[in-house]
Amino acid sequence: MLEIKNLKTYIDTENGTVKAVDDVSFQIKAGETICIVGESGSGKSVLAHSIMQLNPSPPVFHPEGEILFEGKNLLDVSEKELRRVRGNEISMIFQDPMSSLNPVFRVGDQLIEAIRSHEKVSKKAAKKRALELLTDVGIPDPERRLHDYPHQFSGGMRQRVLIAIALAGRPKVLIADEPTTALDVTIQAQILELMRSIQKKYGTAIILITHDLGVVAQIADRVLVMYSGRIVEKGSVSDIFYRSTMPYTWSLLRSLPRIDSDTSDRLIPIQGQPSNLIDRPKGCHFSPRCPFATKACLEIDPSLTERGEGHWAACILSEEEFFNKKQEFEVNAQKGAVK
Amino acid sequence: MLQYTIRRLISIIPVMLVVSIIVFMIVHLTPGNPAYLILGEDSSAEAVQQLEEQLGLNQPIVVQFFDWVINVFKGDLGESVYSSEPVLSIILDRIGPTFSVMLVSMIFTLVIAIPIAIFVVWKRQTVLDPLFISASLLGASIPEFWFAMLLVLGLGVSVPIFPVAGYIPIAEGFLSWLHHLILPAFVLATVEIGLISRMLRDGMLEAVNQDYTKTARAKGIKESAVLMKHVFANALIPTTTVIGVTIAGLLGGTVIIETIFTIPGIGQLLIDSIHRRDYPVIQGVVLFIAVIYVVINLLVDLLYGLLDPRIRYD
Repeated sequence: MLEIKNLKTYIDTENGTVKAVDDVSFQIKAGETICIVGESGSGKSVLAHSIMQLNPSPPVFHPEGEILFEGKNLLDVSEKELRRVRGNEISMIFQDPMSSLNPVFRVGDQLIEAIRSHEKVSKKAAKKRALELLTDVGIPDPERRLHDYPHQFSGGMRQRVLIAIALAGRPKVLIADEPTTALDVTIQAQILELMRSIQKKYGTAIILITHDLGVVAQIADRVLVMYSGRIVEKGSVSDIFYRSTMPYTWSLLRSLPRIDSDTSDRLIPIQGQPSNLIDRPKGCHFSPRCPFATKACLEIDPSLTERGEGHWAACILSEEEFFNKKQEFEVNAQKGAVK
Repeated sequence: MLQYTIRRLISIIPVMLVVSIIVFMIVHLTPGNPAYLILGEDSSAEAVQQLEEQLGLNQPIVVQFFDWVINVFKGDLGESVYSSEPVLSIILDRIGPTFSVMLVSMIFTLVIAIPIAIFVVWKRQTVLDPLFISASLLGASIPEFWFAMLLVLGLGVSVPIFPVAGYIPIAEGFLSWLHHLILPAFVLATVEIGLISRMLRDGMLEAVNQDYTKTARAKGIKESAVLMKHVFANALIPTTTVIGVTIAGLLGGTVIIETIFTIPGIGQLLIDSIHRRDYPVIQGVVLFIAVIYVVINLLVDLLYGLLDPRIRYD
């Protein structure tokens, strides 16, 4: 339904061109949930905004690639056609619910605006639909809440309103850019549950951007791991969590606390900083931080290769080499802990 | 909103108290004997004494103050030393021209500044924006008296489209009233257009990159609707402060403009009274201007409450 083909999103800055998204391809089918994970600055958000064409342009431009939605390339369509897609076919919810609603307008008006921007319905009908939407996203007493202003809502409730706004045009794809990052844990779980129930009810495809691997494990069908503007591994949840053959993904998982782990295991952070998106390292972009990097890694820029059905990773190490390196590393880590 | 309004109303009481003390002290802060100053150097001691009694200057200062305040509340601002007319009626006679200049200049300001700001924000990534910044700075810093004379020379003398001076009351014809006001109002508006359009542009540029603007765009509504509705409504909040200060500032500007264009308004009355050392009138005019200032600020505060629901419910 939605296919991203070799998408490049570059940003012109005074210091040079930032390659925020560099040759990314993936597709999503109806009713599917794809999670895009990666550190801050890996290009996940820019990618999400690119699909909706919400990046400010200039300085953002797309030197190459296609965003195919039902056969049409969104990078080529007119502004009018793009507006028809936005909020109607593809919707988006953002990271910070506290600032994503306009503070000076009533919540109901903002919701009704979204409804009426794609459907020619009377104010009364729009209001009725707004009430349905608010009920759908689990806002108690929607009749009264329609007349409230955003500042009278809690963060979780605002995110529910934003989801209602995103659903107003009955979209086929919902892009959620870190929708739970700004919320506390119990609310996070509620919002994820809500997104899942909406998906079940309407068959919406969801692209969820997150850096929270816990969220990924809960909700994803497929996972894309991004590093320095590229997809470095993609596969099913179990491919990524249990059969990862990419040192970056492994490092990400290794840096997470686990409830079932032996307490003597230390968390191992990923050393160094994410690579500079203007002057990238030659060879594999992760090589300067990779615990398994070999000389060859500094020279060869690996492309995605298939590791199993639907499981792709960008690393020159073979599965066996990777496994050996991993064991060696764990042994050393154990020794370090004993010392 | 009612509670907010009441709170704002209460807050003007101390302000007015301070204002009244300062206005009252105008007479007493001038060095020497006010009665002597009013009458001039070669006045007789008798005449001075008589004026002192007439103005109540021979009483203790606290008594004088309370008398004055009580009289002000009764609407009695004293009598002009120069014409013996009641000060209040002199001021009321002069309000019309001043308010006319202010009104027309405010309309000029809003009608010109708001569309310009929206247009510049819409075309923000073009050369228009730096051009606008220079132009608004120029407008805001142009000396009013100089610009007024330039306009009079250009559009009053060389190409006589507008009258060079004078004022026609609106009762004698709307068009000739407006015709006489265009030049003075435009001069006053120039500075305000520079300030307000710049303020609005800055506010809008800030709002353009806010998350709620992104939400609005993601809904698929037109960019023009995003700007005019979502962005503008938010930028209007800080701009309102400037508009309030501006209206009050216009009152100061009218002093110069009324002199240049010989408009018989409050500003000219103030200048004339200062020349005549007509203290009761000076006091009255200053008090009047201060009250207008306070009222405008009150209105701005109330407008804030209307524009920003977060303030209303605090």
